[in-house]
Amino acid sequence: MLEIKCPYCGKRSQNEFSYGGDATIKRPQLGEEISTEDWDNFVYYRDNPRGKHSELWHHVSGCRQWFKVSRDTATHEIFDTCKMNEDFNV
Amino acid sequence: MSNSFRTTNSIGLINKDKKINFTFNGTIYHGYEGDTLASALIANGVHLVGRSFKYHRPRGFLGVGVEEPNAMVQLHDGNKSEPNIIATEVELVEGLKAKSQNCWPSVQFDIGEINNVLNRFFPAGFYYKTFMWPKSFWMKIYEPFIRKAAGMGKAPLLPDPDRYEHNYEHCDVLVVGSGPSGLASALAAAKNGARVILAEDKPNFGGSLLTDEVTIGNMSGKEWASDTISQLKSMPNVILKKRSQVFGYYDHNMTVMIERVSDHIENPSKYTPRQRLHYIRAGEVIVSTGSIERPISFGNNDRPGIVLASAAKEYMKVYETLVGKKPIIFTNNDTAYSTALEFIKNDIEPIIVDTRDSSNGELVKEVQQKGISIKFNSGIADTKGHLKINSAIIGKLDSSKESFISEETVECDCICMSGGWTPTVHLSSQAGNKLKFNEDIDAFVPDKKRQKETAIGAANGSFTLNQSLAEGFQVGFDLSNKFTDQNNPTNSPNSNEPSYEKHEKLWCMPLPSGKKPKRFIDFQNDVAVSDVELAIREGFRSIEHVKRYTTLGMAGDQGKTSNLNGLQYVSKIEKKIVPEVGHTTFRPPYTPVTIGAIVGREVGNHYLPTRKSPIHTWHEENNAVFVAAGLWQRPRYYPRGSEDMNSAVNREAANVRKNVGICDVTTLGKIDIKGPDAPEFLNRVYTNAWLKLPVGKARYGVMLREDGMVFDDGTTSRLSENHFHMTTTTAQAANVLSHLEYYLQVVWPDLDVNVLSTTEQWSGIAVAGPKSRDLLSKLFPDVDMSNEGLPFMGLVDSSIDGIKARIYRISFSGELAYEVNVESNYGLYMWKKIMEVGQSFDIQPYGTEALSTLRIEMGHVAGAELDGRTIPFDVGLNSMVSQKKDFIGKRSLSKDAFTESDRQTIVGLVPLDKKTKIPEGSHIIEDNSAVAPIPKLGHVSSSCWSVEYNNPFSIAIIKDGKNKIGKNLYAVSPLKDISIPVEVVSSHYVDPEGSRVRS
Ligand SMILES: [Zn+2]
Repeated sequence: MLEIKCPYCGKRSQNEFSYGGDATIKRPQLGEEISTEDWDNFVYYRDNPRGKHSELWHHVSGCRQWFKVSRDTATHEIFDTCKMNEDFNV
Repeated sequence: MSNSFRTTNSIGLINKDKKINFTFNGTIYHGYEGDTLASALIANGVHLVGRSFKYHRPRGFLGVGVEEPNAMVQLHDGNKSEPNIIATEVELVEGLKAKSQNCWPSVQFDIGEINNVLNRFFPAGFYYKTFMWPKSFWMKIYEPFIRKAAGMGKAPLLPDPDRYEHNYEHCDVLVVGSGPSGLASALAAAKNGARVILAEDKPNFGGSLLTDEVTIGNMSGKEWASDTISQLKSMPNVILKKRSQVFGYYDHNMTVMIERVSDHIENPSKYTPRQRLHYIRAGEVIVSTGSIERPISFGNNDRPGIVLASAAKEYMKVYETLVGKKPIIFTNNDTAYSTALEFIKNDIEPIIVDTRDSSNGELVKEVQQKGISIKFNSGIADTKGHLKINSAIIGKLDSSKESFISEETVECDCICMSGGWTPTVHLSSQAGNKLKFNEDIDAFVPDKKRQKETAIGAANGSFTLNQSLAEGFQVGFDLSNKFTDQNNPTNSPNSNEPSYEKHEKLWCMPLPSGKKPKRFIDFQNDVAVSDVELAIREGFRSIEHVKRYTTLGMAGDQGKTSNLNGLQYVSKIEKKIVPEVGHTTFRPPYTPVTIGAIVGREVGNHYLPTRKSPIHTWHEENNAVFVAAGLWQRPRYYPRGSEDMNSAVNREAANVRKNVGICDVTTLGKIDIKGPDAPEFLNRVYTNAWLKLPVGKARYGVMLREDGMVFDDGTTSRLSENHFHMTTTTAQAANVLSHLEYYLQVVWPDLDVNVLSTTEQWSGIAVAGPKSRDLLSKLFPDVDMSNEGLPFMGLVDSSIDGIKARIYRISFSGELAYEVNVESNYGLYMWKKIMEVGQSFDIQPYGTEALSTLRIEMGHVAGAELDGRTIPFDVGLNSMVSQKKDFIGKRSLSKDAFTESDRQTIVGLVPLDKKTKIPEGSHIIEDNSAVAPIPKLGHVSSSCWSVEYNNPFSIAIIKDGKNKIGKNLYAVSPLKDISIPVEVVSSHYVDPEGSRVRS
C-alpha cells in the first residue's frame, strides 16, 4: 500500500485515495472544433510509461481535493505531489 | 512412553512444574508449559508426524521454528479446525488436539504411500506432461484425480468462530528479529530517542542468544538478552512484540505482521482476539531475521529422526528435550559441534561425520578433547528405518568427494545435520533488494536496496557475534538519527564466542554404491536431486523455470531450507557459479497466515456501515421486506397477511395508479451547488440547457461521460440565483460528486462553484398518484397545490408544526406526484403525518419493486438501461441533448458509430401469450428456428408485471428498435432454457403523452 502525501492533509495511506489517470491530459476547450482523431486521443488514448508518470489522485476519504502526483510506475517511488495549480519541485 | 526424551537439567525455558495435556492422532500425551507441540511430541518419542506431499513418505521434524517444512498438522476440531499448521510454531495449551494430515487411514499406515513405490511415475513436471492430453479428459478424469491427490490439510467447512483484529502502527524504526543484532539495534535506536517496534516470532526474545554459549560484557548471551529486553521494556518509545511474525514487506515501507495473541492461552477472554494483523508503516526497517541452517542432501535424508543440528540443540537447550539418544552429527562445518557438545553434556556420545578433511575450530577441538573421535572425509550415503530412522550408512569419501570408497552401517535414532547457514533474506528481497552472492558464506545477502530497509547480523551474512553486535549498535544509531536530534550513540560491549573454521562447499552426497535412493532438497514440496537433474535435462535452464517445473521452493515454505541447496545443485550440473544461476523471487507471506487474520473484522457485512433512512423504524414496524441498495437498506415491499412478493408489489403499484402511494426516497443522492458560476457549470455538466431555469423550478437533466455514454440522470432545482439542489440516482451519488469535483478542480478551476453532498441532510418522501394533490392540499392548507399554483416541475417551501418542508412537483412513477423534503431528523415525523392524513385517500406505502414497476411501465430509464453502454439516442433521451451548446461528452455523440441509425435502442416488449414474464437479461432474436450462432438483436434490461394492463411488460434495447415496433420477435434465455414469442411495442407503455404528470 502506497503512502501518498496529500498537499492539503499530509501523508496518508493509499486506501484513502482514488486514482485519476494521467495529469498531463488537457481537455479540449468547450465549443472547440476538433477532429475525431484528436478527440479520441483525449478520450481514450493514454501513454503507459515505465518510469516517471505525472498523475491525478483524489483524496476521496479525506479533503476531497484532486491533486497531482509524480510517481515511478515501476518502483512506485513518489517524487513529489502538488496542488492542481502548482508544479512539481522534482 | 511419558516424556522419556526429556533431559534432567533445567537450563531451558519450560516449566516442568506445569503439566499440559494434549492429544495427537487420538493419543493423549503431556508436555510442559513453554513447550511447543513439536518439542512435546519429541519429548514423548514421537517423530512421525505426517506424510509428504507427493510421495506420502513418512516425515518427522526437520526444524524447530518457522523453517520447519515437514511437520504440518491439522489443529482442533469442527469450526476451529485449521490445516497446515507448523507444529514447531504451536505453543502447547491444555486440551490441544492435533492430527496428522495428508494420510489415510493413518499416519502409520497410509494408502497413498503407494505413490512412493510408483515414484517413477511422479517425477518433476509429471502434471504438465500427463494431464495435457486429450483435452476432453480434463474435467472428468484429470481434475478429480489431481484434486484427490493434491492438498495437505482439510479446510474447515464451518464458519470461523474466532475474532481477528487489524491494527495500524507507525514507527521510526521497525526491528524484525530479536537476536543479538536485532536487540543491539533496537537498543541503540531507542536510546537515541526513536520510536521503535521490535518484533519477534517466537514466544521468547533473544534468538540465537538463547542457545549459543557466548558472553557479552560480563554476562552470558542469554542474560544480556534478558537485560536488554528489560531496558527496552522500560522505555516509553518502544513497543515489544513477541509471537509476532513480520511476514510481508510491501511498497513504501509498509510491512505486515501477524501477532498470535491468544493461541497459547487456555481460556482467553472473549474480548481477546485470536490473532492480530498489524500494518506497520515504518520510517526504516531493520531486518535482523538471522539465518536458517541448511540441510544436506543424501539418500533417504527425509526419514523421521533426521533433523537440523541447530534444531536438535535448541530442543535440548530451550525445551530440555532430546531428539534422540543415539545421535549422529553430520556436518560440513564447525557449528554442528556445539550440538555434539550439548549431547555430551547430557551424557550422550554422538557419532560425528564431517565431510571435511579436518578442522581446527575451537569446538572441534573441545569435542576431541572429550575423547570423541570424528569421522572426517566422510558422509552419510543412505539411511534405513521405515517410520523412524534406525541406522545410517556412512561412507568414506574419495578425494574428489564424488563417490564413496567404503561404506559401513551404523545404528542410530537420529541424525543432526548441518550444511552451514543461509541468511534469511526474504523480507529484504520482498522489499525489492537486489541480492548479491557472498562467496565466503556461499549464500545470497542483501545488497542494493530499493526501500528504507537495512539487513544486519546473520541476515546480512555477518555470522560472528562481534560483527552482529557492532552492526546492530551502529545501524540502530545511524538510522534513528534520521528521526531524532539527540545524537546519542550506544557503544557495543565486548563479546566472546568460539572461533569457527570454514565450511566445505558440499551439500549433496554421492549415491551409495548400487542404489538410487531419493536425496531430498525440498522436503515440503517433495523435490529430490533427481527432479532437478530431470528438469535441466529437459531443457529448463532459468532457475525460475526449474522452480516451477519441479515446484522447488514454492508455496508456504518459500525455500527456507531448500533454496540454496537447489541453486547449488543447478550450478553444479550447469557448471555455472551460483550468482550466474541467480535466485528465484521470494514472495510474501514468509510464513503461512490464517485467512481469518487477513479478513480481520470484515466478516458478515464486511465491516461496511449499513445506511438506514430516518424512516427505517416505521418500515420495520410495518412489515417491510428490505433490500440492499449499495449500503442502504430500502423497503422492497410491504406484504400484508400471507401475500407473496408479486401480489404485494402489484397491489402497491396499482394503488399508486388508482389512489395514492408513499415511498421513501431518502437514499437519492443530493448535492448542494452554490456559486456565481453554478448555472454555467450545470450547463456544461448536463446535456440540456440550464442557464434560463427560473428560480423555484426543477428540471430533469442527463449527464454524460466524455465518451458520450449516459452517466447519470436526475432532477435539479434552482433554489435561488446561485444556489441549486441536484439529485442523483442512489447508485451513482458518490461517483457524481467525484465527477463534479474533478471538473471544478481539474478542468475548469476558473469556475466559481462549490459542491457539497447533502444526501444525509435531507429526507425525501415521494407522494404519488391521482389523489396526491388532495392529500397534500389537506396537509399543507397554506400552499396553493393547484396545477397553476404548483405546476409540474415546480417547487415551493412550506412548513407544518414548525417543520420546514420543501415540496417538489416531480414524478418518477408517471402519475401526478410530489416529493416532500424535510431535514433528516424530521423525516419520520413527516412520513407519519402524510400517512395519517393519507388514510382518507387510501394511501399505501410502496417499496422499490413497485417503484420499478411504475417506472418500467412508463418507459423511464434507470440503471439497467444506463449501463455505461448507451448514449442518449439509445435510451430515448435525444430530446434532452442540446444542439446549441457544448457539454461534457458532446463531441463523442457526433462520431460515426454513434450516429448510425440502426443502433440498439429502447423498446417495450409484451409476450404474445400475455402471461409469461420475460427474464431480465434475455437475448432478443428474430428467428427462433435458426441454427446457432444466431444473431442477437439486443437484450431485455428491465421486466415487470404491468399493473395498468395486467400482463407482463419489459424494456429491451434492440438493434434498430424504432423500426421493429409492431414486429414479433423472440426473447430467449438459454440459462433458463426458455424462448418467449414477444411483440415489440413502444417503451412508453402507459400514458405515452405524459398527461398524468401534468394533470
Ligand atoms: Zn487531503
